This record gives sequence, C-alpha cells and structure tokens, in this order.
Amino acid sequence: MLHRTPPLRETPSQTAGPYVQIGLAPNTADIGGVYPEDLGRSALWPDAPGERIEISGRLFDGDGAPVFDAMIELWQANAEGVYGTQSPGGPAGWGRQSVTDAGAFSFSTIKPGRVKGPDGRPMAPHVSLWIVARGINIGLQTRIYFDDEADANATDWVLSRIPNPARRQTLIARRQTGGLPGYVLDIRLQGENETVFFDF
Amino acid sequence: MSGIIHPGDEEGGLFQRDRAWHPPALTPAYKSTTFRAPRHALLALGQTASELTGPVFGHGVLGELDGDLIRNYSQDGSDAIGQRIVVYGQVLDENARPVPNTLVEVWQANAGGRYRHKREGYVAALDPNFGGCGRAITDESGYYSFRTIRPGAYPWPNGSNDWRPAHIHFSIFGSAFGQRLITQMYFEGDPMIWQCPIVGTIGDKAAVDQLIARLDRQNTTPMDALAYRFDIVLRGRRSTMFENRMEGN
Repeated sequence: MLHRTPPLRETPSQTAGPYVQIGLAPNTADIGGVYPEDLGRSALWPDAPGERIEISGRLFDGDGAPVFDAMIELWQANAEGVYGTQSPGGPAGWGRQSVTDAGAFSFSTIKPGRVKGPDGRPMAPHVSLWIVARGINIGLQTRIYFDDEADANATDWVLSRIPNPARRQTLIARRQTGGLPGYVLDIRLQGENETVFFDF
Repeated sequence: MSGIIHPGDEEGGLFQRDRAWHPPALTPAYKSTTFRAPRHALLALGQTASELTGPVFGHGVLGELDGDLIRNYSQDGSDAIGQRIVVYGQVLDENARPVPNTLVEVWQANAGGRYRHKREGYVAALDPNFGGCGRAITDESGYYSFRTIRPGAYPWPNGSNDWRPAHIHFSIFGSAFGQRLITQMYFEGDPMIWQCPIVGTIGDKAAVDQLIARLDRQNTTPMDALAYRFDIVLRGRRSTMFENRMEGN
C-alpha cells in the first residue's frame, strides 16, 4: 500500500540521561515545592470499578545489575477495556515512577479489561510500558500480560504473533500467591531472557 | 495522486518510526548503552488502541510558575543565576499539524553546569534558587514557552574528558502513547555539540540539526532575556481516506 511521505520528520530521540527524575519526578529527587506532587504517582484508576492489583518487578541490565536510574510509564485500559481520557487528579490509566535504587517498580492499579484489537477480536488484558534511562537512546516500548489469562493470551493479537514462543514468556507476569493481589514481572534490557521490546 | 491531507482524515495508524533518523540502541562511544541496549531486534507487529490512545493533561495541572525556571525554585525570593533566556517553540506532527494541549516537561543543569541531584558529582556550585525543572502545556496552536537560564556545559564520566554541550532535556506526550518522546535541545553556534558522544549517537547531521534551537532576536524580551526557538515534531498519523482510495484502485 502506498503512503504519502509526511512533510516533516520526527524530532530525533536523545537519552533521558541520569537525572530524568529532576524533570519527571522532582519531588522524588528532593526538589520540593515546585510541583505539589509528581505526576503519575497516585493509583492509576483510583475510583473505577475493578480488581485492585499491584504490578511490580525489577529492571535489570545485560550484566544482571539493577537499572537504578530509569523512569517507567504505564498506560492501560479500565476494567471494561476502555482507555480513559482525564479525571480531576490527572489522566486515568496512566502512571509514572522512577525505579528505586534496586531497580524496583510497583504500580497500584486495577486489572485492565480486554481492548478490541485491530482484527476486531479482544486482545488479552495487558498494560503498555515505556522505559527511559541513561544508556537508553530511545524509549523502549513493551507490554505486561497476566499469567492467569492463558486462553486470552493464546489468541492475543500482539502476544500470539511474537515469532519465538519462548520469548512471549518475557511479557507475562506471574500472579503472586498470598498477600496483596499482585503480579510480578522482571524486565531485562539485554541478555538471557531479554524482554521483548516493540517498534509500535 | 494529491498529497493533500484534509482535517479529519487522520484516523490511520502512526507513521513508522524512522529508526535510521533516531539513534540506534547500541552506540559504543556512549558507554552506558553497552549493557542497556536490547540485542534482539525490536518487533514491529502493528499498532493497536493501546498505542493510538494516550494520557491527556488539562491546563489545571499547571501552577503559575511551572514554566518559569528562574523563579519556580526560588528559596529567598531572588532569581536563579545565569543568562536569562526564553525557550519557546511549536509542537507539530509529521503532517505539519500543530499539537495543542500537550504536556511538555523540561529539566536542565544550572548556569554552572551542575544538576540538583544526589548522584551528581561535578564540582560546580549549586544555585540555591535553581531547581532545574519546568513544564508547560501547548496552546491551541501548539506553542509552548519557558523562561529559564542558559545551562552550563559540564564534564561527565564516559571518556576521560568528555563534556556535554549546554542542553535542555525535553519530554513530550502528544495524544497517543506511541508518540511519546524524550529528547535534548542544544544551542545554536555551540562548538561542543559536535564533540559530544551522546549527540554523536545520531548518525545523520541533519537530524542533529533538528535538535539545535535557533537564537531568535525578534522574540527577545528587551533588556531582559534572549530567546531561542525550538520546534518539536511528533509522529503523525496516516490518512485512512488515502488508504481507502488506494484500496479502490
């Protein structure tokens, strides 16, 4: 199919660098008093119906070391599979965290529903992630799916088309047993069990 | 075939990212990429609603001084130290359409090249009245502006004596999560730009040129601040009308 060449070119990306917190989470970086709170720090769908869950994990580099200076954004639909626009506290369904010194993240949210895929069939429940850090020249796009959605995962428009089935597992979070309802998935930028990243 | 896209046509997917225009993941001269660059190819499986929707921020999130880095961290009521500048520009998409009501966040070092961060080790002094963050939301025509001080150059641990050119970090949202972009703005005429390993991750000189803000004397604030213009282009969307026409051929 032909597509007209657009008149402008996208501004090229540059790394977020080691101090991305200053810009995107200044209160976390001990720069208080500029913004009342860091955007994206609160629960993603605070008042919406759905199962309350935590999505957590750690971020590792190709040497097995925690990536301690990354910023992760999460975008997801509500329990009905609908993407939000805006609520008084900010955009619903969007969260943002700088990882801890141990590379850890933990989003408090609701379990997303199934969003209609391009083929008209519902995709499996998932959240979208965007990861930036020092040493990442252009933000990395990936997804997190849920291991208790095996049937939906098997037919998901994105997950089921990842050529190497073994690599699909790098996107599927495990349901925690005991404690808070939660799902855990570590993200590996490189090396063994490298997470699948997309060029969406 | 006409090249004109009419308003309302843009319901198609985002144009594919030109990965040769952007820096690749692994750029050995910028050493931090060594263990952080994925080795597998990125998978291009097409976009879904998850990439074509995205968070929307209302003007209500902004405080009065959010876009004024000279004043927004002032501890004793005085201004941040440094050369006073206005940085402004228009956010557009690849179809040259303005992107209104989108959040633009910036962060930068102070006039001496020092960041206010616990892991920052450069000897240059902190400015007690400079925090280094700001944000704005584009207006109906896609324009944003900040008032700040020109950041200093600084050395950084990469080679034994690598220096970053003066720069301001930018984060831009657009209207779709697939448009999300972080980049850095440089200053016209700075010779340090062409010696920087991070700038050098971009292969095409014309792409680097797109990151260089132009001195704009027409928009200086007389007896107060110089102005630099930095326009930003986000991914655009294909025209479905165009695609439909093609299918009919």
